[in-house]
Amino acid sequence: MSDLLAARSQMAVSLAFHIVFAVIGIAMPLLMVVAEWRWQRTRDPIYLDLAKRWARGTAILFAVGAVSGTVLSFELGLLWPRFMEVAGPIIGMPFSLEGFAFFTEAIFLGIYLYGWEKVSPRAHLLAGILVAVSGAASGIFVVIANAWMNTPTGFTLVEGRFADIDPVAAMLNPAAFPQALHMTLAAYAATGFGVAGIHAFVLLKKRTSVFHRHALAIGLLIGAPAAVLQPLAGDIAARHVARHQPVKLAAMEALYETSVCAPISVGPGIEIPCLLSLLAFHDPRAEVKGLDVVPREEWPNVTLVHLSFQVMVALGTYLAVVGLWAGWLAWKKRDLLAQRRFLWAVAIATPCGFIATEAGWMATELGRQPWVIVGVLKTADAVTPMPGLIVPFTAFTLLYCALGVIVGRLLYQQIIRSPRA
Amino acid sequence: MTFSLADSLAGIILIALTAYVLMGGADFGGGVWDLLASGSRKARQRDLIAHAIGPVWEANHVWLILAVVLLFTCFPSAFARIAIALHIPLTLMLIGIVLRGSAFVFRSYGGGGGRVFAVASLVTPVLLGVAVGAVASGAVEKVGRGSFYAGYVAPWLTPFAFAVGLFALACFAFLAAVYLTLEARERELQEDFRLRAIGAGVAVFVAAGLGLLLSHQAPLVGRRLVESPWALGLHVLTGCAAVTAFWALWTRRYRVARIAAATQVALILWGWGLAQYPYLLPPDLTIAAAAAPSITLELALGAVSVGAIVLFPSLYYLLRVFKSPSAAPPTTPPLPPR
Repeated sequence: MSDLLAARSQMAVSLAFHIVFAVIGIAMPLLMVVAEWRWQRTRDPIYLDLAKRWARGTAILFAVGAVSGTVLSFELGLLWPRFMEVAGPIIGMPFSLEGFAFFTEAIFLGIYLYGWEKVSPRAHLLAGILVAVSGAASGIFVVIANAWMNTPTGFTLVEGRFADIDPVAAMLNPAAFPQALHMTLAAYAATGFGVAGIHAFVLLKKRTSVFHRHALAIGLLIGAPAAVLQPLAGDIAARHVARHQPVKLAAMEALYETSVCAPISVGPGIEIPCLLSLLAFHDPRAEVKGLDVVPREEWPNVTLVHLSFQVMVALGTYLAVVGLWAGWLAWKKRDLLAQRRFLWAVAIATPCGFIATEAGWMATELGRQPWVIVGVLKTADAVTPMPGLIVPFTAFTLLYCALGVIVGRLLYQQIIRSPRA
Repeated sequence: MTFSLADSLAGIILIALTAYVLMGGADFGGGVWDLLASGSRKARQRDLIAHAIGPVWEANHVWLILAVVLLFTCFPSAFARIAIALHIPLTLMLIGIVLRGSAFVFRSYGGGGGRVFAVASLVTPVLLGVAVGAVASGAVEKVGRGSFYAGYVAPWLTPFAFAVGLFALACFAFLAAVYLTLEARERELQEDFRLRAIGAGVAVFVAAGLGLLLSHQAPLVGRRLVESPWALGLHVLTGCAAVTAFWALWTRRYRVARIAAATQVALILWGWGLAQYPYLLPPDLTIAAAAAPSITLELALGAVSVGAIVLFPSLYYLLRVFKSPSAAPPTTPPLPPR
């Protein structure tokens, strides 16, 4: 394994774990706030129990996120010193803002966790809302920094060096909005369905548990609308990629030649003519750039990018369909517990949002290669000169696996397990 | 000598590091006392430590993140140099941070892992100190040159850097023991940690003496700490804080001891900062030379100010909620001061 590949793999492993913690950490406070709001309205103690459980889950993920976030902030430099050296002054801004959002989240999470008896119910709910808002804000800031790597703006290049830098323009880079929207919805869809799915699975066995039934309902309340909106956000993101990152789109769709009326392949040998042009530009006759617009050595790994993109689209579509089904059942006021097929569909959805999120990140990150800053700096030129990077890569992989097991166990004990009667 | 925008940002980084040492450092120190728990109240000592760390579990790392983010935003070339030359100790430190955090939860929920938590708490502060010592000694100079040993090991594998590492460990253990005297509800436990605090205070002096003996390895910082016009004043102030901390521990005035101990450690950090000024990475990289373009610095200062405007009222609210007299059973707020 080359040092470059080891460094990329270590970054990938760190981010793959951090993303799961981050996604749950963004969306779980919202579940918690909804449960508390229901408790204040109905005085049903099960809602209070749920709010407290989800608050504990938020606290666990917040702490783990602090650890893996510390690791990542160092790793950016330990693995990619040349990248940070040039990019730091331009994209440090969203990272600083993220730091403060994280701080705000910590303070109000403290009030939420330990203030049940000490502040008024309204102030307590407001603290929860602030936790949810600052959690979402910190995710958005980090995604903005990543978006800049895809569509770098806010500087001019003078002899390979950055000049006239404008960090505000860099934050407002074209990919920022579509990526942030897509990622935030992904967090709500993945976590909402993750929670709903686990409780649906329990309900298939223990039909009468009111606890699991309330948890399922709140999970769907957050997950279903996000999953239904996600294809629209995906459309915005894809059309953005088609315009600003044509090579990535070509890799996602495995389109080797620039073509008018470009098709989409939906399986081996099956193509739907003109669909890609229609989706990417809302015009069936539009020209879509293929991989042939750049030399061969500037192609990303087409197989991996294409595969992960398809996995994301397939799972996202499944969640959207289940979300619509949930909406239809709610509209018809059907009893969800009587719908065994629906419960199975939700149970199967448990990991789908997380896998789709990981796959989506693989598509966008691998699709950016060989660049770390598109058109400006190659990943190979950003890596540290330090040799033997396979050693830290192995160590961190083992560590994160251990951390993952611990967090899984904790979340099970603190949140999912049925309350003792 | 004028105080520039870049200087103020370097100052803010030092403030963030100070906050990390005063709050996060004590969490590490708690792990040290967990390892050294002894006597008939061994289990109760460990319970008290777990209880004190529990609510703040790892959230204090946010200060370290803030320092790192400001460093790479405002002084990118310094960050790149540090990241290359100190790759090995920083990577080991990160492994320590992850192991410690995971082992702590694992143990809190009855899964074992206490030994890992304690050992990682012992090693991580040493590595943090080693990194600081390497910077102070002027070894983070040219990076990625020469052999593997010359480029990636020699800058930090020095007696001076390890003396600073030991000093950091002693300071963290000292802070933790002093804070724990206040956390303890029972008199016997208070006495346990009072004696430990006094012992750790002595260790701080011994480690400081060791650093002083080896200070020829950090020529700039060592000379400045002796010859500068401010040096005497600083030493007197630090000495006063140290004496006050000892006196307060001796006479069981634990609140005074906490303030004095925190002041003492903060002054030591600021002494390091002053001694390096205007160098960020001695012997050649100054704050001004490493600074990002002024627009970045202005925005970073703006972000810090806006952040502070949001944070301080929130922090005040948090503390008011938890310190209010009506506040029934003692619960520790999850973030800052104890």
